[in-house]
Amino acid sequence: MPSVAAKGRTGSEARKPNTRSKSYQLKMRLKRTWPLYVFLLLPLIYLAVVQYYPMYGAQIAFKDFKAGLGIAGSPWVGLKHFKRFFNDYQFWRILPNTLILSFYSLLATFPMTILLSLMMNTVRSNGYRKAVQMITYMPHFISTVVMVGILVQFLNPRIGMLAQFLQMLGGTDRDLMGLPQAFPHLYVWSGIWQNVGWGTIIYLAALASVDPSQHEAALIDGANRLQRMLYVDLPAILPTAIIMLILDAGRIMNIGFEKVFLMQNDLNLSASEVISTYVYKMGIGGTGRSDFSYGAAIGLFNSAVNFILVVTVNQISKAMKQNSLW
Amino acid sequence: MGRAANPNAIKTSRFDKGFYFVVNLLLFLVLLITLYPIIYVVSSSFSSAKAVSMGQVILLPVEPSLEGYQAVFKNKDILTGYGNTILYTAVGTVLNVFLTLIAAFGLSRRELVGFKLLNFLFAFTMWFNGGMIPTYLLMKDLGLINSRWAMWVPGMIGVWNVIITRTYFQNSVPEELFESASLDGCGYFTYFSRVVMPLSGAIIAVIALFYGVGHWNAYFNAFLYLNNKELFPLQIILRDILIQNQLDSQMMLDATSSDVNMWMADLLKYSVIMVACVPVWCIYPFVQKFFVKGVMVGAIKG
Repeated sequence: MPSVAAKGRTGSEARKPNTRSKSYQLKMRLKRTWPLYVFLLLPLIYLAVVQYYPMYGAQIAFKDFKAGLGIAGSPWVGLKHFKRFFNDYQFWRILPNTLILSFYSLLATFPMTILLSLMMNTVRSNGYRKAVQMITYMPHFISTVVMVGILVQFLNPRIGMLAQFLQMLGGTDRDLMGLPQAFPHLYVWSGIWQNVGWGTIIYLAALASVDPSQHEAALIDGANRLQRMLYVDLPAILPTAIIMLILDAGRIMNIGFEKVFLMQNDLNLSASEVISTYVYKMGIGGTGRSDFSYGAAIGLFNSAVNFILVVTVNQISKAMKQNSLW
Repeated sequence: MGRAANPNAIKTSRFDKGFYFVVNLLLFLVLLITLYPIIYVVSSSFSSAKAVSMGQVILLPVEPSLEGYQAVFKNKDILTGYGNTILYTAVGTVLNVFLTLIAAFGLSRRELVGFKLLNFLFAFTMWFNGGMIPTYLLMKDLGLINSRWAMWVPGMIGVWNVIITRTYFQNSVPEELFESASLDGCGYFTYFSRVVMPLSGAIIAVIALFYGVGHWNAYFNAFLYLNNKELFPLQIILRDILIQNQLDSQMMLDATSSDVNMWMADLLKYSVIMVACVPVWCIYPFVQKFFVKGVMVGAIKG
């Protein structure tokens, strides 16, 4: 039945060929562009199987998964596993641990990156600046295993270079890797050592696009280099900085598994157990029996929070009339 | 100092001279902090086992020797791991790059029916995923536990790389080329292989390097899905040696006493770090600009 509006405007006779021509257009467009689906065939299969099927599988968070019954066949148990997690005494340990590591990392890395970018941009010798860039980018390419391995070696109280240096300054002669209170510092500052240089790339690009006439005008006004850094360079990278900060804030619950897990040992566990490592231990490995459903529930809780954070963060940056993620 | 870098006629004031000096000094400090651990590892790896164990290495190799490297190359586990890593990196990168290019090309064409939906389906996986456990169950169901494919399947397409490649196709390959190519009766396949690919050397280099270094350094998939020693990549062996401190006695074949054994274990760690890192560090100076380019293309989008 044609709608009143359509009837009023064009009449039912005029509407029919219109529809046909629309589907005809689509047909023609498909006839022309179907090879694009050949390009997308394998990628879409990959996407469906490796990315979307696990999303379907995540329903085991609401079930008691039994391997024999499969994902669809296992009985529903509602929010049982989520309730168990929120009542788990570990919950009140791993949530703060996760947040402390993220916030500390964010708050320490962010200003260090900006400071380093401003300093690199101030250097007048091109050769020196390029050398600093090349060398500070380098640790980014060290694998997590090697990074943590170096940390373990350097902090070894018997032969470690860093441990002996700290002992010389009157520090403890215990292995810092085993001290829970040292864990966040080791995690964050080794991360800064490894990634602060790499993080400057984006700011250096923003700084390179500063109009030289702004510096010239400031010079004529008698501004010294420090003032020009504070009043010309810094405002120039502020929009980038705010976007980066917002995006990082969206990842606050998303502490990666690898580095934390590698740095964990029985002694520092009270500070180093985070959500992702707990998911692994409950679900797959670790000492206890593996409980896929419980692990999946914790993982799903974490994914959901991350998702909400990312969407919120994206809305904020959208509202700021900047580039949007979507 | 490069006065030429400052095109201004105004003389550098005394304050500015001091300021530049302080900045240069601070950056020099940054360089030292960055380089010293690396130099320390290099020097230790070329020292004698005894010197490393006694903590005698400060800056340069002490009692220079190659015994650490000899031990590394005598170790069967490390060699197997090395071979595996080379295989995983080579095959994985080829698969990654191929799939990323075809995906990005399909997703870059606005006339694609379902353009928005399909792009969204890809992008969505960056913000939400099923999680570690359902993915593990999938791999189990696919029979990929303890298979080399477990190293290639989970990360076969990096959505981020697809997005930077798609952005490159859209911004750096002129649309006029497509128009004139289609006027000449050139279809999508010919257009892709004869026009787009020859123009995409830079982006192929970027994503190949990102994927390649990712494979070289990867440990998570192997840790989760492999438990057959013959299949382990280098990073898993490294974890056992460096972090778990698992060096069984057969690893050092010619150890004469337990002391020598322990010294050797200390030294071997530095040598094995070097063996793992040197390939990446060797290509790094030549390809740094590509990595930087990759970050920049990504930043335009992000």
